[in-house]
Amino acid sequence: MKEKLVLVGNGMAGMRAIEELLALAPDMYDITVFGAEPYGNYNRILLSPVLAGEKGIQDIMLNEESWYAEHGITLHLGKEVTRIDRKRKQVMASDGTTAQYDRLLLATGSNPFIIPVPGHTLPGVIAFRDIHDVDTMLAAAKEHRHAVVIGGGLLGLEAANGLHKRGMKVTVVHLVDTLMERQLDSVAGKMLQKSLEERGIEFLTGASTKEIIGKNRVQGVVFQDGREISADLVVMAVGIRPNIKLAKESGIHCERGVVVSDTMQTYDPSVYAVGECVQHRGEVYGLVAPLFEQAKVCANHLAELGYARYVASLTSTKLKVTGIDLFSAGDFTGDAGTEDIVFRDASRGVYKKLVIKDKNIQGAIAYGDTIDGSWYLQLMRDKTDISSIRDHLLFGQAHVGDSGHGGSSAVMAMSDNAEICGCNGVCKGTIVKAITEKKLFTLEEVRAHTKASSSCGSCTGLVESLLSSILGGDYSSSPAKKPMCGCTEHPHDEVRVAIREKQLKTIPALMRALEWKTPDGCNKCRPALNFYLLCAWPGEYIDDNQSRFINERVHANIQKDGTYSVIPRIWGGDTTPKQLKAIAEIAEKYDVPTVHITGGQRIDLLGLKKETLPAIWGDLAAAGFVSGHAYGKALRTVKTCVGSQWCRFGTQDSTAMGIQLEKMSWGAWMPHKFKIGVSGCPRNCAEATIKDFGVVAVDSGWELHVGGNGGVKVRATDFLCHVKTTDEVQDYCAAFIQFYRENAWYLERTAPWIERVGLDYIKQHIVEDAAGRKQLAERFYFSQTFAQVDPWAARADGVDAHEYVPLKRVG
Amino acid sequence: MQAIKMKKQAIEWLEIGPLEAIPKQGARVIIVPEGNIAVFRTVDDEVFALRDRCPHKGGQLSQGIVHGKKVACPMHDWKINLDTGVAVAPDEGCAASFPVRVEGGKVFLSLTPGDGCPGDHV
Ligand code: SRM
Ligand SMILES: Cc1cc2nc3c(=O)[nH]c(=O)nc-3n(C[C@H](O)[C@H](O)[C@H](O)COP(=O)(O)OP(=O)(O)OC[C@H]3O[C@@H](n4cnc5c(N)ncnc54)[C@H](O)[C@@H]3O)c2cc1C
Ligand code: SF4
Ligand code: FES
Repeated sequence: MKEKLVLVGNGMAGMRAIEELLALAPDMYDITVFGAEPYGNYNRILLSPVLAGEKGIQDIMLNEESWYAEHGITLHLGKEVTRIDRKRKQVMASDGTTAQYDRLLLATGSNPFIIPVPGHTLPGVIAFRDIHDVDTMLAAAKEHRHAVVIGGGLLGLEAANGLHKRGMKVTVVHLVDTLMERQLDSVAGKMLQKSLEERGIEFLTGASTKEIIGKNRVQGVVFQDGREISADLVVMAVGIRPNIKLAKESGIHCERGVVVSDTMQTYDPSVYAVGECVQHRGEVYGLVAPLFEQAKVCANHLAELGYARYVASLTSTKLKVTGIDLFSAGDFTGDAGTEDIVFRDASRGVYKKLVIKDKNIQGAIAYGDTIDGSWYLQLMRDKTDISSIRDHLLFGQAHVGDSGHGGSSAVMAMSDNAEICGCNGVCKGTIVKAITEKKLFTLEEVRAHTKASSSCGSCTGLVESLLSSILGGDYSSSPAKKPMCGCTEHPHDEVRVAIREKQLKTIPALMRALEWKTPDGCNKCRPALNFYLLCAWPGEYIDDNQSRFINERVHANIQKDGTYSVIPRIWGGDTTPKQLKAIAEIAEKYDVPTVHITGGQRIDLLGLKKETLPAIWGDLAAAGFVSGHAYGKALRTVKTCVGSQWCRFGTQDSTAMGIQLEKMSWGAWMPHKFKIGVSGCPRNCAEATIKDFGVVAVDSGWELHVGGNGGVKVRATDFLCHVKTTDEVQDYCAAFIQFYRENAWYLERTAPWIERVGLDYIKQHIVEDAAGRKQLAERFYFSQTFAQVDPWAARADGVDAHEYVPLKRVG
Repeated sequence: MQAIKMKKQAIEWLEIGPLEAIPKQGARVIIVPEGNIAVFRTVDDEVFALRDRCPHKGGQLSQGIVHGKKVACPMHDWKINLDTGVAVAPDEGCAASFPVRVEGGKVFLSLTPGDGCPGDHV
């Protein structure tokens, strides 16, 4: 006998929750839906274009009545639920229809607020909320001339624009001087008003309504200051109130809205609530993005998966008036602690304002040119530290030098043969052609079709700008959450939380628990999951070799011709004649085609046949070498200089320090490769300040630096702190490595990671919190007890032998 | 193997080893003068054989990560369908595929490529 789920409120949030639930657990419940409106579920957002005549009702239906039938859902249309009997677990509708529930979902939305001035009940006075209101307005537009819209917010302006397009003479009445004052500052507000006035819409700002006059139908509006205007239609768009009547009367705790927890449960655990009727951590929402996130979380719990949490959403607004580009997000008013950066181009009618607090964007307004809106939103969501790019921010993503194209003119201005993706040699023209001809909408599609940004990813910013400049507003580069890959809905962080909370210890178990869409994942998610599990359960998790990239699977770097390279570890770059002889002899014995001194102070033997690897490793092991992990998302090189041992400037023994750090951290698997450098003085000959962890010796001890990167996008380290002893250096290094292992996304190097989370976040955990630092270091030392086994020696002794020999030879 | 002595068109099956010799979600290589053949085993024990040469730039498909009925080439990440040898769109090209069958835990391979991939010049 299935459990019964009843949804009250056949609207956008409630029905999204049902759809999410069906995706997770198709036949878990008998579902019954009550909707006060006489239609299936439709896209309320698009009522504005419908009113403006740009769309028809049929275009905005989300779930036709047939859909409910197909999914075995009992649908009660035009029936308002008036009672919930929580003891009997039963709901009752106005017409007496009843339904039992085991779980109840309230999604009653909100009611438009009608100012109770005299005359507010006259025929012709309406709100703008549902299909019925739109029908009323369209009817009025046919017979009447004068429309007054009370309220100059998003809703009011979209109503005004629509009615104007339907041929009415429209006056917008607004209490304060700035239109959309909750989304816009006065400058942008004025620009908006100007362009709407140019279209023929009239405005009456700073006017508060006193009375609506008329005999059997509205005839005019009178204001406090005595002014009066005639009207045959009055649309009230002065705000909404969460619709909590039903919940309140049933004794469910409500404040401004129905109060819910992070799992979208009300104070009655068998009653859930989502949408505009909800109050979460004191916030109520009036935009769909957060409501859809709520719906996802709610479905996750209805399906009894039980790990998703709803955390307050950051919302953004776009005005849906064709021809007007406007974007607004976050807190753009600012305070003493914030500063504004502003860009204005009167001639082009462009205005941009960013409110910066500390190192983060806190609010953004863009008018006239909103291409970078989604990018700003993403920077806000990720709390990206923008100090390094702040000078370029206002000029847009295309200008940010995240790709070696830095400072170049806006991406659309680039010539068609300008190379966008250096890795795959893809030019702008090719990408534009693909986007337009193949009708591509997402970064993923562009990657698939052109390979642009599919390798090192450093040109992603440019490709996204191309997408947005070609597709305009529709394109959003910033979904609330970026899934790990096509196999799942879940972003990296959510997966890592689930691993811990649900005690997931194998890849198949994880894929089952998190409803993976593919039978056994793909070559993007499996290596990531393998690392996350390895990191979460040291000593316990059994490494899945088949989920590792070839280099890590066979512990050598595959080359273009299918041969492999071998880089033994040379501790701190210090070697001996004996070691060099050993390498020389081995190189001769296996006549290695190329011996190369690497950029990491080691020796690379290139061009080896796979079959010979175990034998070579045996000889190297015999001579005391271990793997250098040059092939792994792992601890790579520790570069050092000769330091105080020899150098006349050396202040400390940087070589010994480097060797100590390498002995501590070799063998550790990481989200990406990890490199360390130790220099004996600030002249920094070991290039410590472009390493993931850099140590620079000074007279008084050691300076610790983090997040450096050579390679594709050079980034100098951030200064972390100063310590005195070598043991401190080691403990800070261990703590930093473990923090990186536990928090960064797979394939995210320390540099982009720190730019995403911000240096302060790192300092809090590594510098300020001594106890936390100790625990991190201890966790790392513990996992190292399992990690520091030389994979080469093991394979020389026959481990994974099948990887190195063919199954059979023919002819 | 009764298949062996039969009319002209008969497929010649060659025993290449036990199924266990091929790791799940992995592959093994058969060295063949005309060009090596990669024998894949999927997560649910289906077995496929392809010319061990990626249609893109000749990468060794046997070294890729096997997922579902596909393998990702280790060189530049093209995805190749194991059953047909055809590259996953939008990439274009194919690797010749060879008949394989598993009987009594043993894997048998035919060295005559199916005609799905004319491009396979040997
Ligand atoms: C061998 C070596 C070049 C050399 O002959 O000097 C090398 C060779 C490769 N590097 Fe490197 N890198 C080598 C030092 C470096 C350095 C310099 C250093 O480490 O001091 C850098 C810049 C510093 C840094 O990483 O921040 C470097 C930045 C890269 C990058 C770009 C990384 C980035 O974050 O932008 C890649 C591409 C990647 O990792 O995705 C890369 C990738 C590669 C790969 C693994 C490409 C591949 O996947 O096959 C090359 C493997 C060749 C092979 O089989 O040996 N290599 N690579 C150096 C080996 C160092 C070692 O002893 O282990
Ligand atoms: C004209 C307009 C334009 C908008 N533009 C945007 C935009 O551009 N971007 C954006 O993000 N958001 C926009 N919104 C807001 C967005 O539409 C709402 O946030 C969203 O629809 C709220 O979803 P909900 O499910 O909480 O409420 P609703 O979609 O209103 O659904 C609630 C449903 O429950 C029904 N109901 C209520 N009580 C009962 C009961 N007791 N029994 C049975 N049924 C009941 C109601 O009739 C209603 O159908 C716009 C809204 C309007 C009106
Ligand atoms: S720079 Fe590094 S990745 Fe590029 S070719 Fe040289 S070794 Fe290879
Ligand atoms: S060689 Fe296979 S993808 Fe390039």
